[in-house]
Amino acid sequence: MASEEHRQHVLPASIYVSIWAILMFLTGLTVFVSFIELHNWNIVLALVIATIKATLVVLFFMHLYYSSKLTKVTVIVAIFFLFLLLALSMTDYLTRGWLTNQIH
Amino acid sequence: MATAVQTVERETYLNNGYSLKSWLLTRDHKRIAILYLISITGMFFIGGFFAMLIRLELLTPAGDLVSSDTYNKLFSMHGISMVFFFLIPSVPAVLGNFVIPLMVGAKDLAFPRLNLASWYIYIIGALFALVSMVMGGVDTGWTFYTPFSTTYSNTHVVGTALGVFIAGFSSIFTGLNFIVTIHRMRAPGMTWTRLPLFCWSNYAASIIMVLGTPVIAITILLVALERLFHIGVFNPALGGDPLLFQHLFWFYSHPAVYIMILPGMGVISEIVTCFSRKRVFGYEFVALASIAIAVLGFLVWAHHMFVAGISVYAALVFSLLSYLVAIPSAVKVFNWTATLYRGSIRYDTPMLYAFGFIGLFTIGGLTGVFLASLGVDVHVTDTYFVVAHFHYVMVGGMVLAYMAGLHFWWPKMTGKMYPEGWAKLSALLVFVGFNLTFFPQFILGYMGMPRRYHAYPPEFQVLNVLSTAGASVLAMGYVLPMIYFLWSLRYGEDAGPNPWNAVGLEWMTPSPPPTHNFDETPVVTWEAYDYEHQPEEEVSVGH
Amino acid sequence: MATSDIEIAEHALQHHFASMDQQRETSTFGMWLFLVTEIMFFGGLFCAYLVYRWTYYQAFVEGSQTMNIWLGATNTAVLICSSLTMALAVRCAQTDKRKLMIVLLLITMVFGLAFLGIKAVEYHEHWTNHQFPGPNFQFDAAEAAGVNPQNVQIYFSLYWAMTGLHALHMVIGIGLVTWIVIAGARGMYSADYYSPVENVGLYWHFVDLVWIYLFPLLYLISKKHGG
Repeated sequence: MASEEHRQHVLPASIYVSIWAILMFLTGLTVFVSFIELHNWNIVLALVIATIKATLVVLFFMHLYYSSKLTKVTVIVAIFFLFLLLALSMTDYLTRGWLTNQIH
Repeated sequence: MATAVQTVERETYLNNGYSLKSWLLTRDHKRIAILYLISITGMFFIGGFFAMLIRLELLTPAGDLVSSDTYNKLFSMHGISMVFFFLIPSVPAVLGNFVIPLMVGAKDLAFPRLNLASWYIYIIGALFALVSMVMGGVDTGWTFYTPFSTTYSNTHVVGTALGVFIAGFSSIFTGLNFIVTIHRMRAPGMTWTRLPLFCWSNYAASIIMVLGTPVIAITILLVALERLFHIGVFNPALGGDPLLFQHLFWFYSHPAVYIMILPGMGVISEIVTCFSRKRVFGYEFVALASIAIAVLGFLVWAHHMFVAGISVYAALVFSLLSYLVAIPSAVKVFNWTATLYRGSIRYDTPMLYAFGFIGLFTIGGLTGVFLASLGVDVHVTDTYFVVAHFHYVMVGGMVLAYMAGLHFWWPKMTGKMYPEGWAKLSALLVFVGFNLTFFPQFILGYMGMPRRYHAYPPEFQVLNVLSTAGASVLAMGYVLPMIYFLWSLRYGEDAGPNPWNAVGLEWMTPSPPPTHNFDETPVVTWEAYDYEHQPEEEVSVGH
Repeated sequence: MATSDIEIAEHALQHHFASMDQQRETSTFGMWLFLVTEIMFFGGLFCAYLVYRWTYYQAFVEGSQTMNIWLGATNTAVLICSSLTMALAVRCAQTDKRKLMIVLLLITMVFGLAFLGIKAVEYHEHWTNHQFPGPNFQFDAAEAAGVNPQNVQIYFSLYWAMTGLHALHMVIGIGLVTWIVIAGARGMYSADYYSPVENVGLYWHFVDLVWIYLFPLLYLISKKHGG
């Protein structure tokens, strides 16, 4: 067919199923780990696992791995700006208690 | 002069269907631009009406024209109409919509139906805001600060805020459309470095629209939820932080001012090159400066919060970043000036507005740097100094750029020339009126007159009277173009495809262009602003 | 009358595009840009969450004790399964397996509805326990735990706002899937033209993504009571 060359990269179904399996496993893992008291590391671990899951969904389910450079840059820029919103707002909240009016 | 042969009227986007349906269901970016033109002009005069009432009240020191509650509503609705319903859409939705597909050599924007949807969404948002205004409006300021807007105000906050929320999506979709168009719809040979700077500026502004607007959308949603369900996210009585509202609000609203000014700067780049018949000085620098403004613009928002209660360390960070954002703007001003140097300058109306822009934007921008300094800001924040600063950039900069662009591309859009004499007079009235209105406000602010007050100490009266006098002159400068533009539609001289002898794909189509823009897809082989190879002909229309 | 792939594609090519390739790439890029706006839209709520979790950590711990981890985890699994069936459905569109595509899309919808059903159960529970912000808010465990009930209310404000906005997106997603099921059943998609399927897929995966973050942030804050 003349349109053959226009067809996009098709992933084998087994890849999708494998990613699904990893995601299910990671979900179980994050629940399991949440029962262990790790203090400040709980949130770190939870977010790391969530980010791994998110990355897998974005790269493979959403085909970003196989997409154009432009699309990849677009996603990275978005994440970067979200990070800016969170980080710069926190510069205020993190430092509010630093300066006191006490005269020594 | 009757002849035996009847000439067939050339098909243009204007005569391609006369019915209301052909306009209201159009997918043609040019028709959508005209729809926007009509709508935002309406909102501009509504905002101007509120401004008139404000300036009338401020003629006398006593608050005698309206009550303080009403005055609060006046400046709130002036701000909301002007910022969200005029300034933000103006250059992109009117001039950008019309010209960008032509400039890149495309038949339309990437998503024509989304473009039409953008306009309808804008109209719905405007209706929400207008109905709320008619029912009494809001008195929170265009900034909707909490907890006043969420808990204590007795005005139509939710309705107005919803209008802004909805209009925000119009802006998002326009920006999305522009980004995709500029990336994917350029004609063969139209490389990034051959793009007119108007495209670069709108591209940068579109990035801001796409990244920033959703944040104010969610913020407005939270305000509405708090007002309706008392959720308390911004209410200190319930443990919330009003400053969180301000962080989220200004995260968008500061970059929003760059959404407004960047397309205006793009217009200036087009006009300065055409009317000095020179390549722009430092094309890459101007292009990259647009992107730099867009990115740096996201890093400075808390300079609106220096005295609100943020930590002093955060204030230091944001102050430093605010100084940085002035640099790319300055680069542009230097480059335009260098473009003018040794150019063959023509003083047509668009160029007069461009000159006005360069001077007034510089003053406005520099006073912004004053405000970025923490010590100075403590003295002048919430005074008329700030009001003067932002009107210098918004009106002296942005509105003048919009007028410049409107005059520059009017012949392309309508096929008619406006009357040059009247246009020059209007430009003069705008320039004189503007400075008379707003320069005294710098002094007033420095002397301590607070903003958003309808009464003031008697020693401030002289400057206030000057300001109101200036506003009357400025108003005339706005009304005249309305009249002569409409007049030109019927009686203006035929413009021809390129009355300014400008370089650019949009000037290579007839005026007005046919619906499909180009009979054949153009292939671009020349650099941007290739004025060296453009023969300088005697301009024969409009003089 | 079975329309061939090329006929479908030619009919679908819009006038301002030079080729189906250009149209497809443009359409996908546009969809990704829209998702960028959604990232920033939810991002504002995540910012509010971050600020208040930092400020009122203990209150957030108390609030999240009322969350049912097992329902939340089940919902997470449901969404992941729905993403699998959605991804496979897009693959079917790519490989001209129209009937299987419709089946997979319908299964995706069922998963989506299951998610909303479980969410409704949770919401009902929180509602009857007065764990909804506003004048009727009640959190009796606050005093015993040494936290200000107002601050717990903020946790719940964010819970309802974030999961509510997410659920709204789910509803819209189900609507979108319904649309492409109907269009797909009418034979409007082929291996040469399946952009709407792909774009709805992107939207669906995005909604899944948001939940991937909401689950640990709202449900797994601290297991001080041992679950």
